[in-house]
Amino acid sequence: MANILSSGKIGKKHLSERGLVNLFIWPTLILLILVNIFPLFYSIFLSFNNYSVIGNKLPIWVGFQNFKDLLTNEQVWNYFAITGRYALLSVVLQTVLGFGLAMLIREKFKGSGIITTLILIPMMLSPVVVGLFWKLMFNPGYGIFNYLISWLGIPLTTDWLAKGDLALWAIVLVDVWMWTPFVMLLVLSGLSAIPEYLYEAAAIDRASSWFQFWHITLPQVAPLVLIAVLFRSIEAFKSFDLAMGLTGGGPGAATRLISIDIYTRAFLGQFKTGQASALAVIVLVVIIAISNLYITALNKAKES
Amino acid sequence: MNTPKSKRPEVNYATRVDKVTFKSKLTRNLKAILTVIIAFIVLIPVFWMAATSLKSRADAVAAPPKVIFEPSMEGFIGLLTQRRQVTAAQGLEEIKQDPNLKWYDRVMLNRGQQIVGKSEYVGYLKNSAITAGISTILSVLFGLFSAYAFSRFKVAGKGDLLFFILSTRMLPPIVVTIPIFLLYRQLGLYDTTFGLIILYTVFNLSFSVWLMQGFIDEIPREYEEAALVDGYSRLQAFFKIVLPQTITGLAATTVFCLIFAWNEYAFAVMLTAQKARTAPPSIPSVLGTGGIEWAQIAAGAMGFLIPVAIVTFALRNYLLRGVTFGAVRR
Repeated sequence: MANILSSGKIGKKHLSERGLVNLFIWPTLILLILVNIFPLFYSIFLSFNNYSVIGNKLPIWVGFQNFKDLLTNEQVWNYFAITGRYALLSVVLQTVLGFGLAMLIREKFKGSGIITTLILIPMMLSPVVVGLFWKLMFNPGYGIFNYLISWLGIPLTTDWLAKGDLALWAIVLVDVWMWTPFVMLLVLSGLSAIPEYLYEAAAIDRASSWFQFWHITLPQVAPLVLIAVLFRSIEAFKSFDLAMGLTGGGPGAATRLISIDIYTRAFLGQFKTGQASALAVIVLVVIIAISNLYITALNKAKES
Repeated sequence: MNTPKSKRPEVNYATRVDKVTFKSKLTRNLKAILTVIIAFIVLIPVFWMAATSLKSRADAVAAPPKVIFEPSMEGFIGLLTQRRQVTAAQGLEEIKQDPNLKWYDRVMLNRGQQIVGKSEYVGYLKNSAITAGISTILSVLFGLFSAYAFSRFKVAGKGDLLFFILSTRMLPPIVVTIPIFLLYRQLGLYDTTFGLIILYTVFNLSFSVWLMQGFIDEIPREYEEAALVDGYSRLQAFFKIVLPQTITGLAATTVFCLIFAWNEYAFAVMLTAQKARTAPPSIPSVLGTGGIEWAQIAAGAMGFLIPVAIVTFALRNYLLRGVTFGAVRR
């Protein structure tokens, strides 16, 4: 097989194989380098400079000053803390709920295919539109959220988006609504791949359902859960759209995720381009750390 | 994990020797009912979005919320048109007599408004369609070619290259946007559809390469080899043998890219202002004139909900691949 593929004799009068590969791969690589890698290095360069797009001055090299300013700034740490709390809360909830949902849907019943697909709709929606729409639902006057909860006998008049802690929970709630189906989808695929004989053997040994869950189901699905968790963690640190639509970072700065902070620094007010770039680089380092975990987990999952 | 579906024997849990009991049948039914209830709860926001888009302005902000209401197209018409207020003194009744009025004119006249033209949102929708459409075609094309090369040839440093391609997707949009913003201003690409198309193409490219590679990997190499033996050139084999085989994968990739580009917000809000602005960033900002028009916002949201709902159903067998970059296949 490899002989035919790599001999290249047939293609002599046409393109050589090497030429074909280059022709097929390089446009993609060039585009990625131009639009991703070059700006990345430009960003790193800017992060060492004092520069503002609206000032008419050229960038001034300031070394690590931007990083020093940012990392000694309590507010920046606070925004990181907010982002971290949001990421942790939403990822944990999504994982637990997604797993539970998958266990529930695991056994097929009439119409279960349609139901599963319906549950998957939220994750395909545009986050900013979702955020905006939940803003209407959270409205204490005419929103449906408090209204539905009061049906359960708990009268609520809370303005979810007006109080700091609650606003963060509101974002977490919407994020969980959007992305629990994602975890569910991955776990379902893991569940369906578990060989049936494992359960049969356990049943013959009269193993309890708990034993089956802990020793068969969980270890078998673990790699996929890991993928889901890491995927969601990365996305949570990048998160921008949803919070922009729902709270815009408010009230005050209570839900100012780190991406929103960079956006504000770079594109609003004083246009602190250099400083914003430095913060972006810091976020990038965090995300690379998580991505590495992700890739490792992915490779492990692929092997098994 | 990568075994094709057909190879796994279908197991009906209920017929397992150890499980055929009345109790298990009961729990199964209970589970099914619970699932349906959960699905219903999950979809409440979606129903509510659809309902609000069909409400009149007053009904949309009624407290307590109106579950039963008289449907009205006000939201959709308001979203797509520009209007001016007309009072009775200015001859509202006379305008109403005009026999050339369309149904949507009448709806708005009953609210005391005369339609004078298309709204800016129509332009934004058009921008969205053009940007999403062209960028999708480009990323799928580039993705298809590189995925084929990665799948079929020995490429030096293949693993590293593929990782590099994936890693670009991990970049937070905000990291690349600042320099691109500066660059685009220099090149005159800021607030142009062309600039946005380039960005969206590249944004989807890594996804497209990874997903397409998965699909092409599944086509047996033997087909092409047979064709090569028959005297086809590599290119001919690619176009005549591989391409028809990969149509499903190509379609799935295209639709995913389309949805991502259609939904995209971060790049659009930072790199466009007016001329090239797309629909997602304009829904929050444009519609705020004269009090929040929730019916209009919901109508705008339907422009995102309906395509997504259709796509979710059409792609249900490929969703898993799509959302995990083809890493998990089944």
